[in-house]
Amino acid sequence: MNPVLKLLLEGESLDTSQIGKILGMGADAVDRELAQLRKDGILLGFRPVLNPGWEAERKVRAVIEIKVRPEGMGGFDGIAERISGFEQVESCYLMSGGYDLLVVVTADNLYKVASFVHERLARIDGVQGTSTHFYLRAYKKDGFVIADDSRQGDKPSISA
Amino acid sequence: MSDDRRFVARHVAALPKSGIRDFFAIVSQMKDAVSLGIGEPDFVTPFHIREAAMAALEKGRTSYTDNRGLLALREEISRYVGLHYGPEYRPDDEILVTIGVSEALDILLRATLNPGDKVLYHEPCYVSYAPSVALCHAEAIPVRTQSKDAFALDIEALKAAWQPGCKLLILNFPTNPTGGTADRAKLEAIAKFAIEKDLLVASDEIYSELTFDGSHVSIASLPGMRERTVFLHGFSKAFAMTGFRIGYACGPAAVIDGMLKVHQYAIMCAPIASQEAAIEALRNGRDAMLHMRDKYRERRDFIVRRFNELGLPCHLPRGAFYAFPSIQSTGMDSMTFAQKLLEDQKVAIVPGTAFGAAGAGFCRASFSTSYERIHEACERIARFLDKVRAR
Repeated sequence: MNPVLKLLLEGESLDTSQIGKILGMGADAVDRELAQLRKDGILLGFRPVLNPGWEAERKVRAVIEIKVRPEGMGGFDGIAERISGFEQVESCYLMSGGYDLLVVVTADNLYKVASFVHERLARIDGVQGTSTHFYLRAYKKDGFVIADDSRQGDKPSISA
Repeated sequence: MSDDRRFVARHVAALPKSGIRDFFAIVSQMKDAVSLGIGEPDFVTPFHIREAAMAALEKGRTSYTDNRGLLALREEISRYVGLHYGPEYRPDDEILVTIGVSEALDILLRATLNPGDKVLYHEPCYVSYAPSVALCHAEAIPVRTQSKDAFALDIEALKAAWQPGCKLLILNFPTNPTGGTADRAKLEAIAKFAIEKDLLVASDEIYSELTFDGSHVSIASLPGMRERTVFLHGFSKAFAMTGFRIGYACGPAAVIDGMLKVHQYAIMCAPIASQEAAIEALRNGRDAMLHMRDKYRERRDFIVRRFNELGLPCHLPRGAFYAFPSIQSTGMDSMTFAQKLLEDQKVAIVPGTAFGAAGAGFCRASFSTSYERIHEACERIARFLDKVRAR
């Protein structure tokens, strides 16, 4: 695997000059590697992972199951791409099972999610039905466990 | 008479405090210090191993076990040691499960040393060796290892240190704090000497899985050594299980029997949940262990390169997770260097002298921590060195 990508995937927050020092290359070489990874469509980008407990004061998040009727030659892709275009949509996946598309949306409040569903999604030709579930509480997000860490300091900072 | 110290035995009162203690007190007060002082893995125990301990507790397995440890664990140890180290040990009478290598070494010394016996060990070394010998009213004789030999034990130095009354030789390869290792040729020379002088060998191989270059050889596997070696090993380092406190000793039945006596009166048995976790580690822990070893190797390469770039000459440790750079070019002694670095840049490393007089002029920096921390510590050390050299 590309060593720059390998380091990034290990989850440490390192800037390009730190990565360069660790891998024994210049920061500009790291930048070039990152640019190439983006160009190749492997690295889509970076986002901070926020504690959903903090986010919840500002946003609501819902997951929407959507049943669709595939459109002729376009299959599912046409509808999925259209839905993905809405800025409220965080993620969109084609699923196996009882429904076809799984969409995660965030909005400022519950009513905005509701109006997105009935004014936008439901009016798209090919959408046959939706089922909306609101997030109540997060326990783990993007690999980070959200828990009481108050006893993490028990490990001695010096030991033999 | 009101001095409570009168209750403390003379030989205990005479023991020096661990050299790390004072330092620990200062570092633990300091909130934003970057510590390279940690002597344990920064990984959490692999989940499937934790799960084995949880499952044992859920099933109500909360009793004592056989003093020697669970038979299933001793059978796994027998298989594991045979497969990776060579010698085959009988689960029934040649293996004892202990509270880490710490207990195993302690009861080995107590089971074998008479007052006045002498014990050879190589220095710099883990902090407990000499005190544990002193607690047995025996005499510890250090053999200095050197940077120029990458801290492997030099046979000539060992021969020169030997004196009448020497009964036991403690070996620790890979070595904490130096990362020193001993290849087959070196071990063969040591083995020949041990046989010639009829020495019992205690081989602490706790870091053996964390051998980065070449393969680890156990002295117990050499001809004529199985019958005079007690192989000491555990789970703390390879499987990131320090808090489980679990290890074992393998050796001649008579010696294991002597250790068992001390163990049964002092400890009874190792905790059952830890023993269950250890079984899982030996059965299914290898992939996770190899993954962690690869991480340590990458970090080792980085920190050693940085120390050398910073003008702190550092050999490439072949095992364990410690870099042991020389700080002699700064003109400071180890303790002063470590203290000033801590005060000035809030970086904690351990003065080499904490591991014996032979550690003078060196410091131990653990690379069992994130790249982020290693990187930050090296930047701070660079700033510190700039100031020191500008004076």
